[in-house]
Amino acid sequence: MIKVRKLIKRFGLKPVLRGLDFDVAQGEFVALLGPNGAGKTTFLRILASLAKPTLGEVWISGYRLPQQAPLVRRTLGVVSHQPLLYGDLTAEENLRFYGRMYDLPDLQMRVEEGLNIVGLYERRRDLVRQFSRGMQQRLAIARAILHDPGLLLFDEPHTGLDQDAAAMLDGVLQDVAAKGRTVVMTSHDLARSAGLASRIDILSKGVIAASVSGSQLDPVHLPGLYRSVTHD
Amino acid sequence: MTENAPERKALERVGTQPINWRQRFKSYLRALSAIVWKDLAAELRSRELVGAMLVFALIVVLIFNFALELDLRTRGTITAGVLWVTFSFAGTLGLNRSMSIEKDRGCLDGLLLAPVDRSAIYFGKVLGNLIFMMIVEAIMLPTYSILYNVNLFQPGLLAIILLGSIGYTVVGTLLSSMAVQARTRDILLPILLFPVVLPVLISAVKASTGILQGFEWTEIMPWLNMLIAYDVIFTAVAFMVFDYVVEE
Repeated sequence: MIKVRKLIKRFGLKPVLRGLDFDVAQGEFVALLGPNGAGKTTFLRILASLAKPTLGEVWISGYRLPQQAPLVRRTLGVVSHQPLLYGDLTAEENLRFYGRMYDLPDLQMRVEEGLNIVGLYERRRDLVRQFSRGMQQRLAIARAILHDPGLLLFDEPHTGLDQDAAAMLDGVLQDVAAKGRTVVMTSHDLARSAGLASRIDILSKGVIAASVSGSQLDPVHLPGLYRSVTHD
Repeated sequence: MTENAPERKALERVGTQPINWRQRFKSYLRALSAIVWKDLAAELRSRELVGAMLVFALIVVLIFNFALELDLRTRGTITAGVLWVTFSFAGTLGLNRSMSIEKDRGCLDGLLLAPVDRSAIYFGKVLGNLIFMMIVEAIMLPTYSILYNVNLFQPGLLAIILLGSIGYTVVGTLLSSMAVQARTRDILLPILLFPVVLPVLISAVKASTGILQGFEWTEIMPWLNMLIAYDVIFTAVAFMVFDYVVEE
């Protein structure tokens, strides 16, 4: 689903990603961890076609970025720590707007389905600016899955959420991932990532410094591994 | 270019890929109209943008009214200048706000993620900004007419105001998309915009003055032609460069 080879990204003279290799198979849930400034958001923005790589190859769903960006955009949904929603529109209007941007058929049905999945159907006619941060993030997920993408990119979706809202978001994330979608999520929360993901990659100094999956996803041993990788 | 054909099956789930040019054009128009609808619906609720433009425009006209004690003859020569100063200053406020709304909550990224030609986003924003500017103009023209006792409801003048507003918003929307990326966006936009839009303002003022003072059309036409040429050239330039302007 995702293949990245020798990815380099520089801002001016400052290198952020330094020859990063990354592979994700169809249906995998990969959590990308790393300290602040490691390049997680930059990497996710490149995968989302919102930023261009300086050097290297990025393939998504068999299409190359940035050359085939419009085709890639059809296959992915993005949730960032900002909701990408308009505060002066209702929840339903926001989804209808994005549905029209994607030229989706059966839009009303999709909008209602999306609102039901994230538990906001009853609040569909409320303005988004009246929503709590947790509700806005849930609506952002409904927006991201509206066009039924095969790949979901989450950039620190739990930022600013309290425990209850974060737990509710986890449930929604698990639901949308369970439908065979591929998910890449950046996070700072080791325990939460271990509970959600099928694989954890640790990004440090612009490369994937460690990758753990299966039985290695142990919340007890992960902090030690994380420290040893990121504090070198 | 396709590396792995089976992975393209993921695309079939989307089911939205335009099949031909007609369908692609319809998708383009749908995205464009969605942006215009979104801007109007949000503004109808908040009334932030047009409200601010209108208050500012009224203040400018009132200041001119009290600052310049003018006889009837002089009034005819400065009306066009006062009008275009008012429209362009108020327009800058609107352009800044219109793009800030997109940037502040990350909505610009949401637009850029849509699988639509990015010029649809640009033209959607241009149309929205043009509508807001024309609402302000529609209110300011009768206000000005009453204050200065000048008849501004002449078809020629209205056509020039439309052409000038198009040129202003075409360039203004492009430059505000650029300025919004900077921390100093509020002060950056006027600095970028006014030098570029100067030909529009000069030709609009000259043509408007010609109409108000009853000049022959042969004297007005060169300014009108310049206005039309500017609109066409900058629409084409913006169409070509918008993608690069919003690229990170």
